[in-house]
Amino acid sequence: MKKKDSTFWNMLWSLTLITAVAGGLLGYTHRLTQEPIARATKAGREKAIQQVIPKYDNSPIDEQCPYTVRNEYGETTAIVYPAKKEGILVGAAVECSNSTGYGGEIRIIVGFEADGTIRDYRVLKHQETPGLGDKVDLRKSDWILGFNGRSLQNPELAGWAVRRDKGEFDQFTGATITPRAVVAATLRTLQYAEAHSEKVFAPRADTPARGK
Amino acid sequence: MMSDVSYSELSLNGLWKNNPAIVQLLGLCPLLAVSGSVVNATGLAAATTLVLICSNSAVSLIRNVVSDAIRLPTFVMIIAAAVTCIELLMQAFAFELYEILGIFLPLITTNCVVLGRADGFASRHSLAPAAYDGLVMGAGFGLVLILLGALRELLGTGALFANMDLLFGPAAANWEITVINDYPNFLLAILPPGAFIFTGLIIAGKNLVDSNIKKRQAALKAPPVKGARRVRVTGNIS
Repeated sequence: MKKKDSTFWNMLWSLTLITAVAGGLLGYTHRLTQEPIARATKAGREKAIQQVIPKYDNSPIDEQCPYTVRNEYGETTAIVYPAKKEGILVGAAVECSNSTGYGGEIRIIVGFEADGTIRDYRVLKHQETPGLGDKVDLRKSDWILGFNGRSLQNPELAGWAVRRDKGEFDQFTGATITPRAVVAATLRTLQYAEAHSEKVFAPRADTPARGK
Repeated sequence: MMSDVSYSELSLNGLWKNNPAIVQLLGLCPLLAVSGSVVNATGLAAATTLVLICSNSAVSLIRNVVSDAIRLPTFVMIIAAAVTCIELLMQAFAFELYEILGIFLPLITTNCVVLGRADGFASRHSLAPAAYDGLVMGAGFGLVLILLGALRELLGTGALFANMDLLFGPAAANWEITVINDYPNFLLAILPPGAFIFTGLIIAGKNLVDSNIKKRQAALKAPPVKGARRVRVTGNIS
């Protein structure tokens, strides 16, 4: 078979045909994978949520509320996943991000007890330097567990920084920027949770208002 | 059409003589960026090879339908479609790997190896050799990628095959080999400059092997010195 000449009609029909086939194939693959992708994404989130909040029997993902957060680091989305047991809020996971890491965005998920202390904490996604900044990843080091049990009152606001900045949290050797970003992200998340406590925490009608 | 392609020639070309990564130096961006560890390198190598096979086959199938003027836009569209399909499939069935590779998965579209083979080879050959060429070119690229990943992981962290479970399931969770205990991380190997340096060393190594082969071959078939004649010692000389 000889190659077609580059006449207008030749180009038109061949390009149309190929575009249509490619488009059809893409659409078909999309339909085919839509459900597995949604399932995989949900399973990934679910796993992260299960790691950080107490046992629950609802579906935090289906009840999630996204909020836009603005602060000095720019704009980001915080997602609150309420965890309920027999209809009563027992805690919540808050997913948030901070883009001041050494390698850009760091996404974290913080699990709160109903009283506002941190129950458990994970870094969901980061691009920090392997061997240095990636110690925020629980697979590499247990540094991140140092946040467990902390709250806005523990330590006081001034203590929410790495040691080099006269705060309470260790940086690791050779990496200050990453822990600084993670500590800042945690503080933002705590403050955010405090400001939206009615959504994040169990109704605290029976507990006195917390002061310093 | 040219049907007289030898498969062994194709393999040799893709894997060694015309290796896309260290001879043609194509696709350097993913090569340098994703070779920080064996698991990342293997994931990208597999994805790139798959794309190469798909795009080469598709291009070969339509090679007589497209005219020269719209050749390149058509190829780019085919490659983009193949990459997107594979990206969707990976997201569906290898979610964690998809998360690791991140932006480098869609960026396979811009890997020059893919368009280079589509235009340079697949558009002139029939389906089987084109698909095979995609396979060996992908393998050639992938092997260099994995070798570079292994070198950098070993020298950078003192261990090999960390986190392989992301690729091969939970069974691979304990594949990690700590080669040197209490190894102080060698940052240069992990950071981008290390990728450049080690790529250079691999190319140098290949050139060394090549020149050795050439020397040996030259020595083997050294032509007899001109004018030399075997001395006849039997028979009568008159």
